[in-house]
Amino acid sequence: MSNVLIYAEHAHGKLPKATAVAVTAGKKLAAIGGGQAILAVLGTGVGEVAQAAANLGADKVVVIDNPQLSYHLADITAAALAATAETTGSHTIVFAATSKGRDVAPRLAAMIDASIASDIIDVNADGTVVRPMWAGSVLATVELTAAKKVVSVRVTAFEASSGAGAPIENLSVSFATPAKAMKFGSLEETKSDRPVLTEAARVVAGGRGLKSAENFTNVIEPLCDALGAAMGASRAAVDAGYVPNDLQVGQTGKVVAPTLYIAVGISGAIQHLAGMKDSKVIVAINKDAEAPVFQVSDFGLVADLFQAVPEMTEKIKALAK
Amino acid sequence: MKILVTVKRVPDPESSIKVNPEGTGIVESGLKWVVNPFDEIAIEEALRIKEAQGGVEVVVVSIGVSESQEQLRTGLAMGADRAILVKADKPDTNAVARILAKIVEKEQPDLVLLGKQAIDDDSNEVGQMLAHLLGWPQATFISKLTFSGDKAAVDCVREVDGGMETIGFALPAIITADLRLNEPRYASLPGIMKARKKPMEEIDAASLGIDITPRIRIKKLAPPPARSAGRKVESIDELINALQTEAKVL
Repeated sequence: MSNVLIYAEHAHGKLPKATAVAVTAGKKLAAIGGGQAILAVLGTGVGEVAQAAANLGADKVVVIDNPQLSYHLADITAAALAATAETTGSHTIVFAATSKGRDVAPRLAAMIDASIASDIIDVNADGTVVRPMWAGSVLATVELTAAKKVVSVRVTAFEASSGAGAPIENLSVSFATPAKAMKFGSLEETKSDRPVLTEAARVVAGGRGLKSAENFTNVIEPLCDALGAAMGASRAAVDAGYVPNDLQVGQTGKVVAPTLYIAVGISGAIQHLAGMKDSKVIVAINKDAEAPVFQVSDFGLVADLFQAVPEMTEKIKALAK
Repeated sequence: MKILVTVKRVPDPESSIKVNPEGTGIVESGLKWVVNPFDEIAIEEALRIKEAQGGVEVVVVSIGVSESQEQLRTGLAMGADRAILVKADKPDTNAVARILAKIVEKEQPDLVLLGKQAIDDDSNEVGQMLAHLLGWPQATFISKLTFSGDKAAVDCVREVDGGMETIGFALPAIITADLRLNEPRYASLPGIMKARKKPMEEIDAASLGIDITPRIRIKKLAPPPARSAGRKVESIDELINALQTEAKVL
């Protein structure tokens, strides 16, 4: 029997949806191996997080309370998880494929000589996993051949898990502090009243067609606010400096799958489609009728965005009244 | 100071990638091969450090097929000083990290710069694995790199979900480049001419005496389910109506 350890990503005393999604994949893997799905909460003063973690449907929550783990730095987090996996008899460790998960998971895999698959979108009954490659142009079925396995899970590919009442256990594990340690400096958080891009039910994304940062503010943001949507952008818009990189949707940015995705002034390069093509309904507004984005859109409007988007914003606002 | 930069040969990111009929690989004929775009950013950063500090040697290293020489030459033409090609047949990320660890042991660089991910397998794993194998600090997905006054330590601004994180540490260290770290230069004509005379060492991975058995097996490659195009609408009114009554998402 082999248990599955799931890394509970958390911030400000809360668990993001990403953690609940990682639990779903972890439970699937645990069922295949006939073991338990154990959610690991690392940090200090994390009692509140552990209580929330107990309601995500895992079989057990383990808490590793250690002030050295406060900043979730990759070196020490990997060391603590390796020790926790050992203590809990877990041969598989699951992360959400977030910036935090993708920072730590490969380091841990090297540490315990595990097979690793990043950004998986499915778990098969035989234990193989599926992950996209070449910007999602190819889906690979991957067998993790080593005795120990590490995976990170694409957050849009699994449902969030829930289920009350997992027991919480405080674990004392010992691990060595890295000799050449990393030091946390600061975290400058993006302030926004809008929904988190990767969790939003609606996303409005702008591309190079917006032509400037001001136009993102004046054209895209009002539509986001009228719809209660998160704002996204294509890599071209990020490259051009219109918006920060944490809004980038695509192969090398965020992967989103909202109920409604509106692509404005985005041509639809393969690498952008890789980040949004699993959205339920895709709308494209572009003045170029030949833009590839129309090939994946449910509804396409060939129009000048500078007229169409403000019109749409006003009409959506009118609907809400 | 010595900086080691990784260079992977990948299909041009604009290429249309098709799976071969056997599902064992992609159709390679007709593909244009380039330096992995994130590795280009890593090369550029190394060259900027060299230009700012002086006395810096930049070594580019690639692991893969013989043709990766072309991508190493691109790195040399941009301004790197010499190149190392480690020939290996389809190594997985684990094998690449182990090979790199061996090269680092030999070369003793102060800094290893890598792209945050290769745009072919999209793994985003090697830098982090290498950091563990060497016992070095790591800063992944960085958009800014600042050296301390004595050049012995760095501060790195990382692009993380929901913001920017700054972490710091003493060298040696592993750093992986994100998109906005810099804008890579094009190789100049004199740069291309000079690159032809720069040293390129070739090593067989098998000769390194390390375990490079893959830890994963790719059983099958397949195209993703196709998403079919919907229809064009003529106006915002028609669009809103369709979203309300057909798609029922408004």
